[in-house]
Amino acid sequence: MKTILVPVKMVLDANVRPRVRADETGVDLSGMRLSINPFCEIAVEEAVRLKEAGQAEEIVVVSIGPAKAQDTLRQALAMGADRALLIETADSPEPLAIAKLLRAVVEQEKPDLVILGKQAVDDDCNQTGQMLASLLDWPQATFASAISVEGDRLRVTREVDAGLQILSVPLPAIVTTDLRLNEPRHCALPNIMKARKKPLTVSNPADYGVDTARRLTVIAVRPPATRKAGIRVSTAAELVSDLRQTGVL
Amino acid sequence: MPSYKAPVDEMMFLLRDVLDVRSVFADMPEQADTDEDTIQSVLEEAGRFCSDILYPLNMTGDVEGCRLENGAVITPKGFAAAYHAFSEAGWGGLSASPDYGGQGLPRTIQILVDEMLSASNLSFGLFPGLTRGAVETIEAHATDNLKTLYLPKMIAGTWTGAMALTESNAGSDLGLLKTTAKPRDDGSYTITGTKIFISSGDHDMAENVIHLVLARLPDAPAGTKGISLFLCPKFLVRGDGKPGVHNNISVGALEHKMGIHAQPTCVMNYDGSQGWLIGTPHRGLAAMFTMMNAERLFVGVQGLGVADASYQTAATYALERLQGRAPNSNTTSPIIAHPDVRRMLLSMRAFIEAGRALTLFTALEMDKEKFHPDPAMRHAAAGLVALLTPVIKAALTDFGFEATVQGQQVLGGHGYIREWGQEQYVRDARIAMIYEGTNGIQAQDLVLRKLTLDDGQPVAHLFGLIRKTLNTAEPVPELASIRHAVQNAFTHLETVTKRLTDGDLSSTEERNAAAVDYLRLFALTCFGWLWLKMTLATRDNSDQAIRKLATAQFFADRILPQTASLASQIGTGSAAIMALPAELF
Repeated sequence: MKTILVPVKMVLDANVRPRVRADETGVDLSGMRLSINPFCEIAVEEAVRLKEAGQAEEIVVVSIGPAKAQDTLRQALAMGADRALLIETADSPEPLAIAKLLRAVVEQEKPDLVILGKQAVDDDCNQTGQMLASLLDWPQATFASAISVEGDRLRVTREVDAGLQILSVPLPAIVTTDLRLNEPRHCALPNIMKARKKPLTVSNPADYGVDTARRLTVIAVRPPATRKAGIRVSTAAELVSDLRQTGVL
Repeated sequence: MPSYKAPVDEMMFLLRDVLDVRSVFADMPEQADTDEDTIQSVLEEAGRFCSDILYPLNMTGDVEGCRLENGAVITPKGFAAAYHAFSEAGWGGLSASPDYGGQGLPRTIQILVDEMLSASNLSFGLFPGLTRGAVETIEAHATDNLKTLYLPKMIAGTWTGAMALTESNAGSDLGLLKTTAKPRDDGSYTITGTKIFISSGDHDMAENVIHLVLARLPDAPAGTKGISLFLCPKFLVRGDGKPGVHNNISVGALEHKMGIHAQPTCVMNYDGSQGWLIGTPHRGLAAMFTMMNAERLFVGVQGLGVADASYQTAATYALERLQGRAPNSNTTSPIIAHPDVRRMLLSMRAFIEAGRALTLFTALEMDKEKFHPDPAMRHAAAGLVALLTPVIKAALTDFGFEATVQGQQVLGGHGYIREWGQEQYVRDARIAMIYEGTNGIQAQDLVLRKLTLDDGQPVAHLFGLIRKTLNTAEPVPELASIRHAVQNAFTHLETVTKRLTDGDLSSTEERNAAAVDYLRLFALTCFGWLWLKMTLATRDNSDQAIRKLATAQFFADRILPQTASLASQIGTGSAAIMALPAELF
């Protein structure tokens, strides 16, 4: 393979307790710790391993998001990606708009393989990889837990409800990563420093002629209702009668 | 289960909002590229390494300890692999000179990584810490030949360093040491003697150990003016740069000690070992002292790091442990509800955050001293560093140890048993009050030397900075009571300082008797000053701002008043200390 493209998303750090904005329009991200989406990190790691094994020549990472997403791209560069593209937008586009932008990037970069996280831990959509495959009319292998290159095909082990499914897909292809695909590395200090000097190009959605306007309307975002205190009942009969009263039975 | 997470957000708050390092570094040509994003990536990744790799080895290393087999030290399971991963990731070269393969990052970043190392695994952290001390000494004083031969391998972590100073009869007073160095025809020396308490003296983690040994030349004058410094490798380095024959350096014994069990503290025998002079004959102690400020800052931050690790466990525990009923509650409460538990956690937190601020303030002055183009700035910075070094070393390790005891106390019986790791922190933190110059020695250094250094310019400079912050805070109504408490502490400090420097307590005996209490008064006042600076730097109603303001208020109300009693006890003078005849003890 010549090029692997890895789209990465910046999300609220998984260790931070999310807080809903007072106006109920979404989760408050200001001043919060933002990190690379864990599934995207696994995707970068897999690409770097393929390159280290001599299976690919170049890794391009792309992120669609605010200027701050440069930090996420720098982390991917520190892990071993070669160059980065930021498509800067202040809105948070829906999966279809992201997939359209990625299609444009694929047409520009002509990768042999695109590896994405199966979903982002902020909205859990799990759609972008599938939509991108559809738009490009490429084969897809989602929820990968093992990947190996076999000539011009890719052998992918998928985690499915019934167990493991093994697919052989012709390249170019779309792969989305599951949690057990690999364990992302610790970055070496010299690589963090070198990543500051690797090429990072900034553009915006209009440059690719993609309209990122949202098609869904968010009515309100609210935190889950807090659990109410329980009551203690003294007999089974009392329990049954209480459950009847609340309409459970 | 207990865990450790590097407080990168707290660190970035200090760097960005309190100290504004970006604009400080912008003036330094060698650090102009060191922006906040770079710093944050480095800290995040260092923190990950410490949490994922070093922290899990902390308790197992303590339980297993080091052992001596057939004259060689075996470190606990996992340590060698972790050290290789550490070196391979380049962490040993963070602040080392790019001329020899380092990254040349500032001390400010180094000291934060040192805090993470100390918090996650103090025994481990001493290996790279001592190597760095040796590297800095070699770089400052050794010949180019020695530098080229040793520095790249030490900075890469392939070889580690050890500092061999103490002997059984020469501890705080190194002038008494007896190890000898005899000149050889080829310009090198033969070193003979026995050293004790040598951290990382020998181990199985790297292929060579480079000892920096203090010894006397045949014509050496007695006392501290007759000590020279020598480089003695465990294995002599061959022409191709690889370790060759053994250099007659052997481990006499491993010290049996209270804590840091995974750190091999050795008795080292040098039986006619070949050594090379570093620096000028008889000026070895001076050469050693060039890196002393950095080493003492490192030891101070060890106290801080271990305290933070203990705090993290104690806070997590206090939020989960259900025991007793809070005032006005009729159900069992998590113990965080009890005022006394909150008092302990807040005391720890108030110290940790202010201690970190003082460390970073000083590390930044060290960076100015090293990198700033303006000689006047460098000179002023050097003065502040000299003044604050003994304060940081002693205060952060004293308060750090006290914090680990509080962190243990929060867990009650569970703090005393091994499972939660709290008792290990108490044992590990204890050494930092002793080595690298006991805290009593640090207090002497502050009172007898640093207060009067440069005609008292550094202390006047620092007091000026404190006054400036007090003035800035004056118009802010919500900080009035905190400011008032800091002002009171500062008045005590100024008054006592005057009495010690040219008043009724200025004799050597009086200053000696006052020293330890004075250093504590000095440190508490600095902490108060920095709490004021931190609260001034917070904005809006973020969780962080709420936390800072509440902790600052606690410090002002419940800890800072100790400065009044310290001032009053110092004021009674040395009479009560000196009255009892020695033979009646």
